[in-house]
Amino acid sequence: MSQVALLGAVEIGLVFALVGLGVYLAFRVLDFPDLTVDGSFPLGAAVAATMIVAGVNPWLASLGAMAAGAVAGLVTATLNVRFRILHLLASILTMIALFSVNLRVMGRPNVALIAQETVLTPFYGLGVPEHIVRPLFVLVVVAIVVLLLARFLGSEFGLAMRATGVNARMARAQGVSTDLHVYVGMALSNALVGLAGALFAQTNGFADVTAGIGTIVVGLAAVIVGETVFRARRLLWILVGCVFGSIVYRLAIQFALSADVIGLQASDLNLVTAVLVAVALILPRVRVRAGGGRAPRRVPAQ
Amino acid sequence: MKMLSLAAATAALAVLATPAFAQTKSVAVTAIVEHPALDAARDGVRDALKDAGFREGENLQFSYQSAQGNPATAAQIARQLVGDRPDVIVPISTPSAQAVVAATRDIPVVFTAVTDPLGAQLVTDMEKPGGNVTGLSDMSPLAEHLALIKEITPDAKRIGIPYNPGEPNSVTVVNMMKEMAQEQGLEIVEATATRSADVQAAARSLVGRADVMYIPLDNTIVSALEGVVSVADQNDIPVYAADTASVDRGAFAAVGFNYYDVGRQTGEVVARILKGENAGDIPVRVAAGTDLVVNPAAAEAQGVKLPEAVVSRATKVIGQ
Repeated sequence: MSQVALLGAVEIGLVFALVGLGVYLAFRVLDFPDLTVDGSFPLGAAVAATMIVAGVNPWLASLGAMAAGAVAGLVTATLNVRFRILHLLASILTMIALFSVNLRVMGRPNVALIAQETVLTPFYGLGVPEHIVRPLFVLVVVAIVVLLLARFLGSEFGLAMRATGVNARMARAQGVSTDLHVYVGMALSNALVGLAGALFAQTNGFADVTAGIGTIVVGLAAVIVGETVFRARRLLWILVGCVFGSIVYRLAIQFALSADVIGLQASDLNLVTAVLVAVALILPRVRVRAGGGRAPRRVPAQ
Repeated sequence: MKMLSLAAATAALAVLATPAFAQTKSVAVTAIVEHPALDAARDGVRDALKDAGFREGENLQFSYQSAQGNPATAAQIARQLVGDRPDVIVPISTPSAQAVVAATRDIPVVFTAVTDPLGAQLVTDMEKPGGNVTGLSDMSPLAEHLALIKEITPDAKRIGIPYNPGEPNSVTVVNMMKEMAQEQGLEIVEATATRSADVQAAARSLVGRADVMYIPLDNTIVSALEGVVSVADQNDIPVYAADTASVDRGAFAAVGFNYYDVGRQTGEVVARILKGENAGDIPVRVAAGTDLVVNPAAAEAQGVKLPEAVVSRATKVIGQ
């Protein structure tokens, strides 16, 4: 595997780490199974790309993508909290609606950014090869997001949000406005996913309406691989685990892409990826068993 | 695959008519998804290279990756190919091409099966692309398609087009079709499907709203063409297609590209680059050569009478 390919996998893994963090926030912190991300990821890409093509500063465009993602999250939260639609269904409704919204935003299914200025353009001229600049840039963004998120979840507001997810009734009894926390958490979660979409469009030169396919799967895989392999208890390390899990997922795809040496075909890609991720999930357990210890208990995320 | 290339290598050795190319060249092909038309394009590239003296397993390394419909995977494949540094990268379809073009500024890229290379920002000038990118557009000969529809079914006024609004190629085609149809007093009726599972429902929604159906080069619809055909057969709606491979699968007539030929034309460009030409100096062309293919059995099932004139000038008649 070449260095360019390896760094490319890490870079895309880091972009999807933001999805992993968003999914962690919804699934684990709020206990809200949220499929909105399949729509908010391409939404972020669409909004950022459309704004950049219209001449808006790419940083502002990325913020716009986050705002759009937040709105998508709020729609799902409103359907659930205000109108009592089952969370899973509420998020599916938003997700399918977003496909049409994304087509409206872009005016066509695919917006190209290859010739446009992006947030990365100023860093390309520094003499470092592009394939190194890109993952470094995304790494800095992800690191900032992880630190801010850890700080937020450790704050009084964040603690109340975690309490909402663990036991909403108890939280309400303690005077926590659980509805507010669901709104804020869902907005934040999808804002992160929107940012991931914006970065994906800018690092890969296009926003495509089909880019959202399977986002939730990638995000969930990142969270669960991170939890299984890292088995961290401290919040900061759990978040780092999400980032790590996302990179592992991309490396699995990378290995699957190189698997033709052992006689696999291009069409086997998804199967090989799934097997590799499954192995990553199973291995830690097997190791513990073999060492005579007990299988690890499921580590609760909170 | 392995067996085939092994067989090809042995056969080539047996012939011993090898034009001596000093070193092995490498060509990497990638497509967004696998379906008959795109696969045919890939095979065309391989065969054209062979005719130009680049034989797989002998003096050519030929690799192929499919993103299985996922743009994020397409982006990752693009990075992998750039890292492998082949002599030429051949991305098939718009998203794959964009991912590859964004990932490299020096490895020669020959895209193919892209309808609108300017809109996709793959090149800024079709005549003088410059840089490291050239390729083939597969803009359908829409005027010929409309002419064929008018010739075989002159009474048809409403043309139903099932397509995926998420595919840039199809949206370009539908918009152009609308303009041209209006000029000729025809009406375009749209039916959208975003997944192959929705294709049959989209086709069904056209029953009663359209006199004929026209299948553009849409990856989603072409993947699920049989669903369209079964609806058409039950309701006597003639199905025209934009690619000839679809006629084998139940459309009754198509005048359009044979994607194998599109692939061959792409392969010829790749060979020129392997022999030393600069990608940026080769103009981006619209794929040439259209075939007329008809399927009398399908025509009967869909309640159309194929005019003798059409059958006699067809390049290929299915079932004969």
